[in-house]
Amino acid sequence: MTVDLPIPSAVSPLAETPAASCGSCTLHNAANLKRLGLHVDGCDAVVALAGNPNTGKSTVFNALTGLRQHVGNWPGTTVSRAEGGFSLGGSAYKVVDLPGTYSLLSNSRDEDVARDFLLFGDPDVTVVVVDATRLERNLNLVLQVLQVTGRVVVALNLMDEARRHGIEVDVRHLSRELGVPVVPMAARRGEGVPELLGRIADMTSGETRVRPRRQQALAPVVARAVDELAGQLSAEFPGLANARWVALRLLEGDAGTERAVRDGSLGDLARQQTARIAS
Amino acid sequence: MKLDELRRTERAVVTGLDAQGAERRRLMDLGVMPGVEIVAEGTSPLGDPTAYLVRGSVIALRRCQARGIDVDDGAHR
Repeated sequence: MTVDLPIPSAVSPLAETPAASCGSCTLHNAANLKRLGLHVDGCDAVVALAGNPNTGKSTVFNALTGLRQHVGNWPGTTVSRAEGGFSLGGSAYKVVDLPGTYSLLSNSRDEDVARDFLLFGDPDVTVVVVDATRLERNLNLVLQVLQVTGRVVVALNLMDEARRHGIEVDVRHLSRELGVPVVPMAARRGEGVPELLGRIADMTSGETRVRPRRQQALAPVVARAVDELAGQLSAEFPGLANARWVALRLLEGDAGTERAVRDGSLGDLARQQTARIAS
Repeated sequence: MKLDELRRTERAVVTGLDAQGAERRRLMDLGVMPGVEIVAEGTSPLGDPTAYLVRGSVIALRRCQARGIDVDDGAHR
């Protein structure tokens, strides 16, 4: 007799409840997933979805939340952030789908939305969705995100397309090099979704040990300047996440950052981002 | 040589960027950085801008931007 394993598809919630002993198993994760759609009041953790344009962030978002956020095979489909939720293992998660961005340092309108949230929204987990067929290009953003947070899961999406192109990715090696979990996925077919859920849950509960790959130590004179500036920034804008990142931008002479500090909008930004999470 | 001298379908390796500040950052975010292979894919009807294939994506650069990018097409290697 053949047994059809319940394939964790993005479409149907699984009917059977697995035994309690398999709490760590991916099928269990899929079975326990409850897509909450827009009902995200009183969530326990916030998950941000970031990534280059056109890597399938919204497809992953829809697989997690059951929503039908508009997806399209062209860059720039998501221009503002969308929010949804799911519950897993008794915890409610809020998922924030961000517009695609190549960098945390660029300055276009939709990229600002993504950057501000990643820097100042202080999400519990940041999932960086990357295109397995254009990995090199996509790792730029991954490395930048790792600079500001270690609570990162890399969703190596479009694996189906990569396979078709004969591209193989050494997932374990990549994960070791980056110092954070990497989950191979083909989100449009539901592949890898249970594994991603498991990683998100482990990261939220603090079970995952991360060693985020970071830039080599700064020159002592720069490090001193960053420390000093970051201290002043934290005093001026209490609760500001990533004060060191802001300090580095100021030292670079970034005009936008300078303006945000001078006119005080940096403080508003930090408050807005965290207030919207709390709501 | 400079990137704007690259003719259609020709490929070269980026060796340096003249651009500074935000423009340099943007170019590097898009994958234009030393050591990366770049291919001239096509030119718009008026000859400017030109489409370049870099790291699996096509980007368009104005001639003045391409002029600020040093490349090595391997001709004198």
